[in-house]
Amino acid sequence: MIQLQAVEKVYRTDTIETVALAGVNLEIAEGEFISIMGPSGCGKSTLLNLIGLLDAPTGGQVALNGTLIASYRDQDVAPIRNREIGFIFQSFHLIADLSVADNVEIPLLYRSVSAKERRERALAALDRVGLSSRVHHFPSQLSGGQQQRVAIARAIVGRPRILLADEPTGNLDSQMGDEIMSILHDLNQREKTTVVMVTHDLAKAEQTARTIRLFDGRQVN
Amino acid sequence: MLASYLRLALKVFGRRRFFTAVSLFGISFTLVVLMVAVAIVDHVLTPRAPETRQDRTLGLYFASMQGKHWGWNSEPGFMLIDRYGRGLPGVERMSIFSTPQDVPAYLAGTRVNFDLKRTDGEFWKILDFTFLEGGPFTSDDVDQARFVAVLNDTSRRRFFGDGRALGRTIEVDGQRFQVVGVVPDVPRLREVPFADIWVPLTTAKSDSYRRELMGGFLGLFLARASEDFPAIKEEFRARMKRVELTDSHYDSMVAVPETPAERLANRIEVGPRRGVIGTDRQGRTHVGRFWAALGLLALLFMLLPTVNLVNLNMSRIMERASEIGVRKAFGATAGTLIGQFVVENVALTLAGGAIGLVLAAAVLRALTASGLIPYAQLQMNGRVFLWGLGLAVIFGVLSGAYPAWRMSRLHPVQALAGGGR
Repeated sequence: MIQLQAVEKVYRTDTIETVALAGVNLEIAEGEFISIMGPSGCGKSTLLNLIGLLDAPTGGQVALNGTLIASYRDQDVAPIRNREIGFIFQSFHLIADLSVADNVEIPLLYRSVSAKERRERALAALDRVGLSSRVHHFPSQLSGGQQQRVAIARAIVGRPRILLADEPTGNLDSQMGDEIMSILHDLNQREKTTVVMVTHDLAKAEQTARTIRLFDGRQVN
Repeated sequence: MLASYLRLALKVFGRRRFFTAVSLFGISFTLVVLMVAVAIVDHVLTPRAPETRQDRTLGLYFASMQGKHWGWNSEPGFMLIDRYGRGLPGVERMSIFSTPQDVPAYLAGTRVNFDLKRTDGEFWKILDFTFLEGGPFTSDDVDQARFVAVLNDTSRRRFFGDGRALGRTIEVDGQRFQVVGVVPDVPRLREVPFADIWVPLTTAKSDSYRRELMGGFLGLFLARASEDFPAIKEEFRARMKRVELTDSHYDSMVAVPETPAERLANRIEVGPRRGVIGTDRQGRTHVGRFWAALGLLALLFMLLPTVNLVNLNMSRIMERASEIGVRKAFGATAGTLIGQFVVENVALTLAGGAIGLVLAAAVLRALTASGLIPYAQLQMNGRVFLWGLGLAVIFGVLSGAYPAWRMSRLHPVQALAGGGR
């Protein structure tokens, strides 16, 4: 499903070169639920961004569904992100001026989907995360856990095969964190969605099938 | 998608009321100025009574006599039009009339000045005046030098109050005329028909005008169709090469019949570069350049508020970096995002345009009521509205496109981190 070969990411300025990732080889099968762990600054989020095609590697190759990503031009990767990948962020990144339902509809705006169908699918996604009673609320009217559930609904509304979650429970208390983990597990088991989760939390990592550990931009056992 | 963008735009504008108010003020003020200018140009150039056949008329407004050391630019003289303007190909009717002369009259012992125009009988056949009383004087009246006059409505009220004027006598510039007709006021901006009082050419105090090549008269040519204009101009230009000049200081004459737009271009164009956008020294007209110059002027006028709005938009859009990151992550391309933010900006500009339209209508009403431009009837009409709408859209796209383009280039990872690079 996801293959990384000798992937590296180096940030260069005129005077300094920072190696964020080096020599990462990774293969994630369809329907897997894996976690990425490591100390702050070890390259976890960078790795997730490369898998999510939000950033281009400076070396190595990334393939999704057996297709090598040859071009990182906006118009080439945007449709892949739209169809194949759903993102869940630590700080939710909901748009404050949009209602819950409008937030959830966002990925469908970039497909040929009618307004009616967009609304129906957004309501179904919200129902899936147990928030059908908050459709017309605004993000500021929701708790952190509820906001993250809206973010999950937004991530799954386009029925992507891959969910990338960057510290999805990082801003939540343990009870809400457990709820979010439970939703992710449910999506993984019932829908066979591939989930890649970055976390600091060993307990959460242990709930996944496999853990990738990073240290100073390198994969460690 | 559009509805979603507009809903979001409304929310953003509502949340940032100060920004919205400043933007709306800048947009509406700019558009008011431009729409008033458009309304004035519209007032001058569009066919309206009595110039209902304006699309078929050419006017001879300007002549230029050149010599080795001398130059004389002015309106043409009677002789130039009379001798060289008759029998042009494709011309159905032709009229010669004077420019308005400022003449005094004494009303109840008080001196009042009027604009008096001396015309031939054809003047009334080419122009389509509506008569409130009586009718025009005829070619026979002109031939017989009858002292008859047509008044405009304001002059009638000045001379006779609320009473009828037909058959009564007025005295202007030391001459007495019998009123044969009364017409509605004609705006001063309509150069060809405008006057307070019209009288026959032949009632002039002296007939010396008949021997003048330069000064004091205009010619009006009614073509069978506008397609005849090039041939008419060409023939007139050719005739100018054969003009018998009566003054040895000069050796050439340039004059060409012009459309109202060409005339306006020449009136606006002044100074040593005359000929660049109007009629050049060879008598060729460049009205396309005139419209381009007007368009450029409008763009330059919009530039400053556009730059201001661009700056406001930059800060507004950069505050929404996180939203841009999310949209990119979920599949928005740079082009889509540019579209979204331009739509938002055009929506804001259209709102400003709507306010501008209302304000411009009020300014035009006030201008008309003030009498600053005599007899002007400036008003908001469909054409001015469409121009205003068009300008608002151009303004919106100009001020929205650059910030949107900058924003669309944000890297998604950095946008999600909350800022640009």
